[in-house]
Amino acid sequence: MNALNNSFMGYMRENGRVGVRNHVVILPVDDISNAACEAVANNIKGTMALPHAYGRLQFGEDLDLHFRTMIGTGSNPNVAACVVIGIEPGWTARIVDGIARTGKPVVGFSIEQNGDINTIAAASRAAKEFVHMTSEYQRQECDVSTLWVSTKCGESDTTTGLSSCPTVGNMYDKLLPKGIYGVFGETSEITGAEHLCEARAANPEEAKKFMSIWQAYQDEVIEPFKTSDLSESQPTKGNIEGGLTTIEEKALGNLEKIGRSSTYIDALGPAEEPEKGAGLYFMDTSSAAAECVTLMAAAGYVVHTFPTGQGNVVGNPIVPVIKITGNPRTVRTMSEHVDLDVSGVLRREMTIDQAGDALIEMIRRTANGRATAAEALGHKEFVMTKLYRSA
Amino acid sequence: MAEPHLLVHHKGDNVGVVVVENLTAGTEMLCVVTEDNSDFHLVVNHDVPIGHKVGLADFATGDTVIKYGQDIGKIIAAAAKGDHVHVQNLKTKRW
Repeated sequence: MNALNNSFMGYMRENGRVGVRNHVVILPVDDISNAACEAVANNIKGTMALPHAYGRLQFGEDLDLHFRTMIGTGSNPNVAACVVIGIEPGWTARIVDGIARTGKPVVGFSIEQNGDINTIAAASRAAKEFVHMTSEYQRQECDVSTLWVSTKCGESDTTTGLSSCPTVGNMYDKLLPKGIYGVFGETSEITGAEHLCEARAANPEEAKKFMSIWQAYQDEVIEPFKTSDLSESQPTKGNIEGGLTTIEEKALGNLEKIGRSSTYIDALGPAEEPEKGAGLYFMDTSSAAAECVTLMAAAGYVVHTFPTGQGNVVGNPIVPVIKITGNPRTVRTMSEHVDLDVSGVLRREMTIDQAGDALIEMIRRTANGRATAAEALGHKEFVMTKLYRSA
Repeated sequence: MAEPHLLVHHKGDNVGVVVVENLTAGTEMLCVVTEDNSDFHLVVNHDVPIGHKVGLADFATGDTVIKYGQDIGKIIAAAAKGDHVHVQNLKTKRW
């Protein structure tokens, strides 16, 4: 049995990609444009502002990542149209032009020499037109192979390695051969299983690329900044409460998410769009949930699968985040956050194969429009990754 | 099959994971190895919360703990078969 054999109902975008949501996004270029974006989103119903903390005085690789994340977010197929607001016209235009390459409706406004109030008025009128236009878009039947499905787990415990992570792995084992795009990341949380991850590369060059990303994280982040063995950061206090003791143990459970049969065909930088065709990718990301999901969404992924043990409640503004847990205590105490209960795996009532099929069915329903727990509860964590201090 | 109290990933692992709530010291646990569905019984020596590990062997300081068939760290305080294995007696070899 394989529920998602053929198709789902999605939104065909101008560039041939398929979205599973139809958002009109009001995107701030920088922190000081958040207020104007939120005012526009308040004026025009059916739009959503994505406030964030950065975008000023960044430079070099950190600035490149900022632009990549902004442009990638606006370009995501779950976004139907986008209004961009920045403090000045130069960087605003750079982001508008980047998003416009997808062919979707996008327009920019800048605040200097206009002030917030005039900017909000003009941007609100544009946003209102976008709402009229995009609200008439219809879902169409789309082949399963058009789906881009990301994964990252959070507040893991030992049950994630036994149930919810291998459930995601089983889904990838079944859907990657059908032509979907997949991605996993969490550079720091592969520590202890890096040799296994290295061995899952499609070829020696990608293995080397992964290992250099992983080693750079050890050398440039952990070694210079650590003040301890990272106890209570990796694993987190929640991980430890859930029974995970060491980073090695956490990493081995984490890597269960990539299944048994697939190899990754590229090791991407943060928010980098995959360019080697359908298949599984590794992405260099933080292991913090909101940062990681934000980067994967900016790379173009449209559905996120999120195994949790102790109950991480994260969501994303533009990508539905499907929560999967196998921990019966979490199912009992915080069921409103759980989209898929695989605790039957621990009771030996459900096999990983059955759990994988159940996840595929939940992905299909979510792609068709079912609101996830995180969407229903209003979780819209949009968190930019910052590489170093601004100028 | 009856509901197991403890799941073990691989045959060669020397710890397993408690998968039921309110497990109390002295319980004779049904333990299942997920790799091949084999099972065995073991008496747990402590009250161990769900998700936490129980040792399947006697450990001395410096011993390596194996889970998923892999090295997950070293023993820093001796522990007996059936004991709770966690931060009080197991530590990373990294960082």
